Amino acid sequence: MTHTVIWTIAIITVLGLVLALVLYLVAKKFKVEEDPRIDEVEKVMPGANCGGCGFAGCRAFAEAAVKAPNLDNNFCPVGGNDVMAQVAAILGYEVKAKAPQVAVVRCNGTCEARPRVNEYDGFASCAVKAALYAGDTGCAFGCLGCGDCAAACQFGALSMDSATGLPVVDETKCTACGACVKACPKKIIELRPKGPRGMREFVSCVNKDKGPVAKKACQSACIGCGLCAKTCTHEAITVEGNLAWIDPAKCKLCRECEAVCPTGAIHGVNFPKPLDKDAVKARIAERKKKAAEAAKEAAHE
Amino acid sequence: MSKHTFAIGGVHPHDNKLARDSRIEILPPAPTMYISVAQHLGAPAQPVVAVGDKVKVGQVLAGPGGFVSAYVHSPVSGTVKSIGPRPDLAGRPVPHIEIAVEGDEWMEDIDTSDNLVTDLPADNAAIIEKIHKAGVVGLGGATFPTHIKLSPPPGSKCERIIINGCECEPYLTSDYRVLLEKGEQVAVGAALIAQVMGNVPCTIAIEENKPEAIAHMREVVAKLGYKNIEVMELKMRYPQGSEKQLIDAVMHRQVRSGGLPISVGAVVQNVGTALAVYEAVQKNKPLIDNTITVTGKCFPKQVNLQVRVGTPFSYIIDSLGGMPEDAVKVISGGPMMGKAIANLDASTLKGTSALLFLTEKETRRAPESACIRCGKCADACPMGLEPFLLQKLSRIADTEALEANAAQDCIECGCCLYSCPAHIPLLDIIRTGKGLALGAIRARAAAAKAAAEAAKSSVIPSEAKESKK
Repeated sequence: MTHTVIWTIAIITVLGLVLALVLYLVAKKFKVEEDPRIDEVEKVMPGANCGGCGFAGCRAFAEAAVKAPNLDNNFCPVGGNDVMAQVAAILGYEVKAKAPQVAVVRCNGTCEARPRVNEYDGFASCAVKAALYAGDTGCAFGCLGCGDCAAACQFGALSMDSATGLPVVDETKCTACGACVKACPKKIIELRPKGPRGMREFVSCVNKDKGPVAKKACQSACIGCGLCAKTCTHEAITVEGNLAWIDPAKCKLCRECEAVCPTGAIHGVNFPKPLDKDAVKARIAERKKKAAEAAKEAAHE
Repeated sequence: MSKHTFAIGGVHPHDNKLARDSRIEILPPAPTMYISVAQHLGAPAQPVVAVGDKVKVGQVLAGPGGFVSAYVHSPVSGTVKSIGPRPDLAGRPVPHIEIAVEGDEWMEDIDTSDNLVTDLPADNAAIIEKIHKAGVVGLGGATFPTHIKLSPPPGSKCERIIINGCECEPYLTSDYRVLLEKGEQVAVGAALIAQVMGNVPCTIAIEENKPEAIAHMREVVAKLGYKNIEVMELKMRYPQGSEKQLIDAVMHRQVRSGGLPISVGAVVQNVGTALAVYEAVQKNKPLIDNTITVTGKCFPKQVNLQVRVGTPFSYIIDSLGGMPEDAVKVISGGPMMGKAIANLDASTLKGTSALLFLTEKETRRAPESACIRCGKCADACPMGLEPFLLQKLSRIADTEALEANAAQDCIECGCCLYSCPAHIPLLDIIRTGKGLALGAIRARAAAAKAAAEAAKSSVIPSEAKESKK
C-alpha cells in the first residue's frame, strides 16, 4: 500500500519535472518576440472591443498603433482624446486632438409626419425589410423603424422611441464607434462633431426625391428648396440631389438656416435658448436690405 | 416508365389551381400606361422617345443600356406624357415612361392575324437579332434577356433545350392556359429555339397535375411533325420549375455552384418565352403583353388575362370588380416566390405572372420559436444547403462562413421557410446573408479584374505603376 503511494508520487513528480523541462525548452525555442509596448497600449484602451477604430478589437488596435509610424490613421473613438494622449505618451508620438463625435439620426419621419401606406408583418429587421422593399411609408429613404441600429449598439446609447418609431441617441453614452452607421441599411445615421457644449445644426432628412414627392411622403422632409444654402453666410450648406447637407467644419451655429427652413428639416440641438424664428428672420431681412442698399450705392458710383 | 423529378429536397404545397378552367381573356389597355425601363435583369434601358412624341403599338421606347439589357417597346399607341421616376411595386423609384392611350394603332410590320406561321427562317443569326430587337426576356421569373441565353459563350455546347411548363407555383395557371390555347405557337417557338441552338433535341416538361396540357402538347407536336421535340411528364414537386432543378429532373445532370446551365449542355426557356420567341420571329411582334393569372380564394373571379405590359395593378383590379373586402395582401407572382405589392399604383412588367389575393388568415405568420435542429429545412432545400446554419450565420453577418456554406447558391424558393415547424422566417434572414456572400464574391472578381488590367497595361515600366499609385 505505502509502496503504491510512494511510487505514484515519485512517478508523477518525475513526469511533471520532465514535462516542465520540455515545456520550458519549447517555450524558449519558439518564443515570439513581442513589443512590450503593445501590452502597455492595450492596458490604457477602453477594452470594449467594439471595432469602432476599424480593427478587430483593442489588442489589434494596439498592435497596429505600435507598428505605425505615427498615429494619424489610428484613433480610438470610444476613448477619445484622453486615451489617445496616453497612447501617444507610451509610443512617443504626437497626437492631434480630434473633435469628439456623436451619432446623429437624420430622419424625422415620425408617425404623424410620415403616414404609413402599407403594413409590414415580416421579420423585424431593417436589413431584411430593406432587402424586400422601400418601406411601409411613402418615403423610400427614411428610417425603417425595426431597430437594427439599437441592436448593434454595444453601449446602450440607442433606443427606439415607440411614439415616433425612430431611434434616439443618448449623447452621454454614445462613443461614436460607428456600429450603428454600419448597421443601418438606409445610411441614415451620421457621425458628426459634437460641437461646442454639444450645440450643433444638422439636416434631419436623407430624402433625395424632388420637393413635391418628398413633401407628400413626409411633412418634415428636406425638399431641396435651397433656401438654407442661400441664407447661409458661411457657405456651410450644400444642396445635392434635392438634399441639403451642413458642413460641421464651416457651420458657425447662427441658426439662420433653421429659421428659414419651410419644413423644419433642419434641427439645432443643445442650444441654451429655444430658437426665436421671427427675430432671426428679421435679422436676415435687415442684412439683405443693407446689402441691397450698398449694391445700389456701388452701382451709382 | 416512372415519372422524373429532381433528386433532393422540395416540398408539396397544395396546388390550388383555381383558375385552370378559365380561358385567357384580353384586357383592354388602361387610359394611362406606365412602362418601366427596368423590366429585365441587367442594366435599365435608355429611353429613346421624348415627351410629346406620338408612339404606335410596338414602337421602341427604350434601347438596351448595356450588354445585359433589353429593348422596351410601346404596348399602346398614344402620346408620351412624361419620363421620370415612379415607385415600382416595392415602392422604389424606377424610371417609367408614361403614355396617354389614343386608339390602338399598330406598327405596320407586325402581323396581327391569327394565322400560324410554321415555316422557320433559315438564318439563325437573323433569328437571334429579331429576338433581341423584340425585347424578349425570360418570362419564368428572372427576366434574363433571351438573345444572350441563346448565344452561348464559345466552347460550350448545347445538347438539349428544355421548355419549362412545370408551373410548380401554387395558384398560377397562365402557362397552363397558354399551353392549351396557344400550344401550336409554343411548339413552333420551341422548334425555333432548338434550331438556333444547332438542331438539338427539345423537351417540353410539364408536371403531372396538368394532364390536359400534356395530352394537348403531344397531339400538337405530332400534328406539326417535330421529330426532335418530346413532351415529358414530370412528378409534381415544388420547385421543379427552377432552372437547375428542372435540368436535374429532365437530364439528371447537376449544375455546379456558380455555373450556368449551358455548362451541362442545357438551355431552359419558359413556355411564355417560347411563345414570345414565336411572336417575335414569325409575327414581328415585340414583347408587349403577357398572360397573368388573377386569383385567390377570397377573389370572386378566377381569370387568366392577356395584359399589355405597363398596365397599373389598380386598373386590373378595378376592371375585375375591385379589391375583395377580406383581402389583406396582394402578391405579384405565386405564394411561394411572389412579392407582396406595396404600391398598387405600380404597373405590370414583362415578367409579371400573377396577381394573388390573400386573406388575413392565409397570411398570418405564426410566432417564431427557437430552432430545435430537427433538420426539416435541410431536407427540404433543393440546393442541398443547411438553412438552419445559414440563418444563424446571416444573423451575425459572418460573410466568410456564409460563402463557405454556399449561401450564394440559395435560389430563394422558400422551401425551408415552408417546412420549418418553429416558424422561423428562414428565407427572409438568409436572403440578407446571400447578399453578403454575393457581394464578397463580386468584390473579389472586380478586384481580380482590375489587377489583371493593371498588370496588362503596365507591361514594362515599374515607374508608371508607382506614379499611378
